[in-house]
This record gives sequence, C-alpha cells and structure tokens, in this order.
Amino acid sequence: MSQGIWPAVLGRFDWTALPFVRAWDNPTASEIIGAGAASMVIIGAVVAIVLITWLGKWKYLWSEWLTSLDHKKIGIMYVVLALVMLARALIEAVLMRMQQGAAVNSPGFISPDHFSQLFTTHGTIMIFFMAMPFLTGIINYVTPLQIGARDVAFPLLNSVSLWLTGGAAGLMMASLVIGRFSTGGWSGYPPYTELAFSPDVGPDYWIWALTLGSVGSTLTGLNFAVTIFKMRAPGMHLMRMTLFVWTALCTSIMMIFAMPPLTVATALLALDRYLGFHFFTNDLGGNMMNYANLFWLFGHPEVYILVLPPFGVYSEVVSTFSSKELYGYTSLAIATMAIAVLSFTVWLHHFFTMGQSADINAVFGIATMTIAVPTGVKLYDWIWTMFRGRVRFTVPMLYSLAFMMTFVIGGATGIMLAMPPLDFLVHNTVFLVAHFHNVIIPGVLYGLLAGYHYWFPKAFGFRLNEKWGRIAFGCWVVGFYLAFMPLYVLGAAGMARRTQEVFEPAFRPWLYIAGFGALVLLAALAALFVQLWVSIREREANRVTAGDPWDGRGLEWSISAPPPEYNYAVIPQIRGRDPFYAGKRKDECYAPPAHYHDITMPKNSMTGPVIGILGAATAFGLVWHIWWLVILGVLAIVGTVIARSFARDVHRIIPAAEVAWTDMTWLRTVADATPIPRQLETSSANQGLAEIAT
Amino acid sequence: MSGPNEGKRREMWSYVIGYVLALALTGVAFAAVRWPTFAATTTLAIVFGLALVQIIVHFRFFLHVSLAKSSRDDLQLVLFSMLIVALMVSGTIVILANLRHRMM
Amino acid sequence: MSTNEVRHPGLNLGATDEVTHEQAESAVFGFWVFLMSDAVIFALLFATYGVMLHGTAGGPTPAAVYKIGSAFIETMILLTSSFTFGMASIAMKHETGYGRLLAWMVVTLALGFAFLGMELHDFATMIGNGDYPTRSGFLSAFFALVPLHGLHVFFGSLWLIVMMVQVLVFGLDARVKINILRLGLFWHFLDIVWIVIFSVVYLQGLIA
Repeated sequence: MSQGIWPAVLGRFDWTALPFVRAWDNPTASEIIGAGAASMVIIGAVVAIVLITWLGKWKYLWSEWLTSLDHKKIGIMYVVLALVMLARALIEAVLMRMQQGAAVNSPGFISPDHFSQLFTTHGTIMIFFMAMPFLTGIINYVTPLQIGARDVAFPLLNSVSLWLTGGAAGLMMASLVIGRFSTGGWSGYPPYTELAFSPDVGPDYWIWALTLGSVGSTLTGLNFAVTIFKMRAPGMHLMRMTLFVWTALCTSIMMIFAMPPLTVATALLALDRYLGFHFFTNDLGGNMMNYANLFWLFGHPEVYILVLPPFGVYSEVVSTFSSKELYGYTSLAIATMAIAVLSFTVWLHHFFTMGQSADINAVFGIATMTIAVPTGVKLYDWIWTMFRGRVRFTVPMLYSLAFMMTFVIGGATGIMLAMPPLDFLVHNTVFLVAHFHNVIIPGVLYGLLAGYHYWFPKAFGFRLNEKWGRIAFGCWVVGFYLAFMPLYVLGAAGMARRTQEVFEPAFRPWLYIAGFGALVLLAALAALFVQLWVSIREREANRVTAGDPWDGRGLEWSISAPPPEYNYAVIPQIRGRDPFYAGKRKDECYAPPAHYHDITMPKNSMTGPVIGILGAATAFGLVWHIWWLVILGVLAIVGTVIARSFARDVHRIIPAAEVAWTDMTWLRTVADATPIPRQLETSSANQGLAEIAT
Repeated sequence: MSGPNEGKRREMWSYVIGYVLALALTGVAFAAVRWPTFAATTTLAIVFGLALVQIIVHFRFFLHVSLAKSSRDDLQLVLFSMLIVALMVSGTIVILANLRHRMM
Repeated sequence: MSTNEVRHPGLNLGATDEVTHEQAESAVFGFWVFLMSDAVIFALLFATYGVMLHGTAGGPTPAAVYKIGSAFIETMILLTSSFTFGMASIAMKHETGYGRLLAWMVVTLALGFAFLGMELHDFATMIGNGDYPTRSGFLSAFFALVPLHGLHVFFGSLWLIVMMVQVLVFGLDARVKINILRLGLFWHFLDIVWIVIFSVVYLQGLIA
C-alpha cells in the first residue's frame, strides 16, 4: 500500500485497517468481536440492498422517502436512524458492562484499546446519533402540525440536515469496518487526541462525524426557530402554542447558539492535527484548557437541548392522559425559557478540577444549582396536572411517571455534583456516570419513547401494541435501576470511570448487578422491536384513521391518521389554547370547509441526499488523507449548492378537487366511526374518534 | 412625502451618512494607535469604544436595524445573540486568565 | 400590514415590490439567524485569540508581525465595498432595469478581490518572514481567525458572481432579489466582523 501511486489514491489506507486482517493476525477475543461487529455492518448493508432489490422498492424508496421534503417523512427517517443507532450503542454498553464484570483482577476479554473505543463510540452515538436524531425527528413530525402549518420554513434545508446527520452516522458505521475509532471519549480532550498521542485515524473519524452532525443540527435549529416564529396559524399567539412547541422553540434557539462552539473546538483540533497548528498542543504556546472550555460551552447547553423536547412531550402526555388541562401553562413556558438561558451560564461545572480558583468554581456551582428551580417548577406543574385528573396508565403515561420519580434522583445527585468540594471527590469516578445516565435515561429516553408511542398512531394510522409496550417499559425501568444504581455506590467507593480492568474485589457484586441490568436493558430494546413487529402485523385491527385515538388537545389530532401531505386542507383559525379540545366540546370539529383551494407544496429534491453523500465522502477522504477525494468532494458540494440555486421549477400544485376528495373521504370515515370512551382507547374498538362525555 | 424618489433619496442618504461616519471612526482609531497620545490601556479602550460605535453605525445605516417598532424582532434577535456571545466570551476570558495566573 | 413596514434586517423592498417583500420575510430572517450562529463562531475565535495572545513561545509577537499600513488600506477597501453594495441594493429596489445594479455589483466584486489579494499578500509576507501558523499558539490563533474571515469574503465574492449570472439569466425575479438581499446582509456582516478584527487583532497588537 505504500508503493507507487497507491498512497496518492488511497491515502494512508493499509490492509491492517480492516478488522478481519487484524483478527486473522491476532485472534484474541477482543479482535474477533471487532471483526464480528464489522461483519454485522457489512451483512446488514448487503441484506438491506438485497431485500430492497428483491422487493423492487428502489424507485419507491428514492421518490417517496429519500428525496422527500415532507417534514413528516423526514421526521420518521430521523427516528428510524435513531433506533438503529440505539441498538448499536446499547450493545456496546452491554459489552463494556460484561467486560467490567469479568475483569476484576483479570484482563477480561476486551483489550484496553478496544474498551476505549467502545466507551467513545457509545457516548458519541448515544448523544449525536441517537438522542439528537430522535428528538429532531419528533420535533420535525409534530411541530408544523401543532402550529397549523403545512411544512417548515425551509423544507430543502430540512432534508439537507437529515442527510448530513445520516452521512455522519454512515461515517460512524464505516469506522467499524475500515480503521478504528477514537479512544479519547466522546469529549475528545487534547492533548491525548493530538497527533503526538493519537496519530491514527480514530480522532479524525470522531472530528468529522461530529462536524457533519453539528452543522446539520445548527441548520435544524435555524429552520424550526424561523418556522415557529413566522409560520404559526392565524390567531396562534405565542401564549396559545402547545408546551411541546415552546420546548421545540427554545431547543431550536439553543441549537443555533450551542452547536457553533463545538464546530470551533473540533475545527481547531483538526487544524492542529492536519496542519500542525498549536491550539491545544503541549508545546509552543498551546492551551489545552481552552479546549475543555470550548467543548463544554457546547456540551452543557447540549444536554438541555436533549432534555427540553422530552419535557415538552411530558407536558403533552401528562395533560392528555390525565384528561385535564395542563396546570401552570405560563410558569411552564417561563421555566422553559429560563432553562434555555441558564444553560449557557454553567458550563464550567464540567471541569471544576481543571485548576481555577475556588471563587470561580463557586460562581458556576451556584449557577448550576439554580437550574434546579425552573426544572422543579415543571415537575410540580406536571404533578398538579395529574391531581384531581382522571389518570389513564397508558404506556406514554407510565414512562412519564417513571420519569418523574427517577429523574429526581438524578437531579439530586446533580445538585451534589454542583458543589465543587464534592465534585473533587467523585470526579472521574462512575458516580458521575451514574448521575448523567440517571438524568438522561429517564429524562431524555423515556420522554422520546413516550413521544414515539403517543404520536405513532398519528404518523402511521394504527396504534402500537400495548402489551409489548408495557413489557418494554418494565424492562427499561428495571434495567435502568439495576444497571446504574450500583454505580453510585461504586463511584462513592472510588471506582474510576472508563476503566477496562478493576482491582478491588469488593466491587465485584455491584458490577455483576450492573451487568445484569445492562442485559435487562437489551431485553427492553428487543421488546421495543418485537412491539413494532407485532403492531405492524396487527395493524388492521388497530387502525385509528379518524385521527384522534387519545382524545387529544392539540391541532395535530384534528386531522386524519396518517395526515395528508399538506397537513391541513384549510389552515385553521385559532381562538385559544388547546383549540381542538375546545372545539370537540362545542361540537365544532369535523365540519367540511366552505371552499377548498389549490395547495402549493415543494417538489422532491435530490439535493439533500447528494450533499449528505458528498459530505460523508469528503469526510472519509479527510480521515484517510485521500486528498483528491476531499478536493472533489468540496467542489462538488459547492457546485451542487450553486446548481440548485438556479432551479426554478421547485413547486407542485395539488388541485383543489384532489384536496376536497381526500378531505371528504376522511370525513366520511369519521362519520362512520364509533366514538369510544377512554376505557376502550387501548382496545381495537378505538377507531380514532373520541366520545365526548356530557 | 412618500413618492418613490423620496424613499430612494432617504435610503441613499442612510448609506452615505453611514459611510462617512464609519470612515471617521476608523480614521480616529487608526490615528490613536499610529500616533500614540494616551497610555496603552486608554488607547485600547478608545479603539474598542470606537469599534462598538462603528458597529452600531453599520447596524443603523447599512442594515436598517434600529429601535423602530417594525425592526424590533431583528433587534431583539441581535441583542439576545450578543447576550449569549458576551456570556461565552467573558466567561472564556475570565476562566482562562484565572488559569493562566494560577498555572502558567 | 403596511408595505413600507420593515419586515427584516437589511434593505426592505417595501412598496417597489410588495409581493417579493412579503415572501422575503422568512427567507431573510432565516439568513439573519444563520449570521448569528456565524457570529458565535467568530466570537469564540476572538476569545481564543485573546487567550492565546501570550502564547508566543519565544517567537514573533503581534507588534513584530502586524503592519498598520496594509491593515488600514484593507479596512478602507472593505468599508467602501459595503457602501457600494448598499448602492447596488438601492439600484435593485428603485431602478427598473438591472444595468446600474450589475455595475455596482462589479465594483463591489472588484473591491472584494482587492481586499483578498492584499490579505493573501500579507499572509505570504508573514510566512516568508518566518511568522507561520505552526510557529506558536499566538500565530495559530491569528491564522485561524483572520483567514476564516477571508474565506467568508471569498465565498461572498463567489456568491456575487453567481448572482450576477442569475440576474442576466433570470432577470430580477423574486428568488434573485431575495438572494441579493441575503448577500447584502452577508456582506455587511463581514464588514462588521472586520471592524472587530482590525480593533482586536491589528490595533491592539500595535499599541506601543
């Protein structure tokens, strides 16, 4: 590989970049697992290609999904990506837990280098390729529906964001097959990730995957901020929006301001690695402490970006399944804004031990504790919403209840960690790992899963199987407690994080419990996929075409399930909060409009997929130093953008007659449907029409 | 008062005034450094102060973002952005200065 | 809903093209939001520069490296180009043909190229003198900040060329006008960033 023209063509690629070659040369358990993972990626890709070809669905996939600018389809594709990446990152977590359980005064079966890659990919994927796409997908699907709009402000940009994220995820999967990933943790601290200590391709994969993803997220934030500000239906003042839209708005604003620091941090690291600059090197005037500063300027707002949309989901779910108006709307809106702004004032608590004076630490410690206040306000508002309501224990509600109880524990340990003296004691132990999983899993994951269950019937026209939903829920909760509560004990006892081998036999029982918990979590994931399979098989029995399976409050429930491409045949006029709920009680819903008009929608476009693929290719070239690929990629991306700006025929018109036909068909379905009381909402009697109690 | 040419002349004057003000502010800043008259810190404060004024001039005369009600949304966005920027930049400088003082 | 209402930053089309004026609102506001995210990137590079001013590693200091003369000329060129773009915007809004518009765009482009040319020459001189980015943290910070601004001016100039071609191909249809409005925001924004650059980098570095 190092003779003749090959270095120019293939960069620094070498046969040992392939895990199969490495496993052949050195067949340890660790290497074989690595080769196994690579095989799964290749087999998965081949199976997908064969299946699509055999079913003859390439044209369908391309024209109905991949080139679509429909926010609903884009949202669904984001969630699909998230669920696939969840599977990978969860398996990585199980491997790490198994290793730690096996490696008490023994080397275990995963090498230190492999283990380091595992904790790095686990964190990177969970944050950037699971949680972010999942919440972005739900925001994509729901927000235009809840504000009474037909699409987002910039549909093409929306597709580009999706494909940049997809391309970055592809890069992550490629790193399993060609090369290796970073061993520097999801935060990638230099000087360890500088060339001097990590000259391999790993940190480069990490840098470029994050760069593509962060650009995608910045553009998503921009898109939804403008959409919510400029495209609400007439009469929908800010104080009439749903709480989910409030959280989507604040999340979008936070994305706009929080992603750039990450772009800067990774770009400067890239300059060090590629051009020999000295931003974060040990020598010649580098200042590695600035990296921690820049990274966490992003990192802290990021975790609030992760948690605010799920908080929005909880507001929707708790209100709907308590059959009661959300308590304290104004305080919830203000609390959301407060959390968004305060999240930019606390980032130093991620590096209390870096060497600042106690005074500076104290300031940031106090600021950190103040975020508990608006969060507590929200929690009380949800509890008061349930009080004297008629609570129904559907799967989304179960997740909300588990969240309320479990998140508070994580929040409490967060307050503990906000005190610098305490943080010094447990810094870099698994106490911290327990804390952040204790807030992210109930806070973010349960909320996203609740949202998935809640809006699935709207998106696909049939409900998810409730029994398997409960099984999955039970496993997620039990698994979480088993996997993470022991880590508090271990962390307080001094067990370090990110360790491949453990030297204290007293840790063993706790590690076994945690390992068992990880397996229960894996079962939870499996149950989720079983639920999907069973639900698709039973879909005819669970159709809710009338569109309102839960007696919902927001506008999204006032249209068919699934909605037409343009969402609303006629843009609604809004006269208050929870307009659909109010309308149902006054018998003003499901009336055909006086006139139907032609509707103009964007045409599909291949700009998104092209830019995503070119972006990933350019990034791949950068990783492997394949300079011709980088130059071509950049020129092609610029060329694509310029070419697209010359396109003029970018809209299609849906004739009024077609809109009328679609609407009338749905209204006939509603007229034929039997309204059901809430007790029957998880049975097949539910056709999506709510009985209005008198 | 609202004929088409009237609007055009008003808009042209906006750019001319902005340009002349910017030239002056730039000139003074460069002069203060080229021909030092004050102490170093004072000169620096003058340079930064003039820069801030010139930025406002650009916003008002080139970008038409002012205190007027109709450009209020855009002004709010700019001010909010500057708040976040100020938090990030001042935080960075204070923290890193403290670290340098203690360690380097 | 007055047509002379200012709906977005930068020049508003108002009464001369009411339809495009309405369509422009989201499009231009969205670009304004993008500029705010770009502002954060520049702000953090300025903060990094401030943090690394002392990281000269025994090498060249700011005063040894910066030249006030060329900084001043570059400032004048860029400021004038903002003014000429303003003239172009007015031509687009108030003239019926696009001859004046194209003329002012050409002048702006020429000034943009002059700016870039001078700046590249400055960088080449610096590197020739041994003041290259891999020499020290301070020089790394300089070479990240100032060339990033230059890269933005380069893309702005490219965008100017594309818009001139589009004016010739499509005339002044709604999309062309909206894109020129956005380019205007971009161009003025870059001049604002330059104000901070010449103040924080060049003048601060040259204060005796």
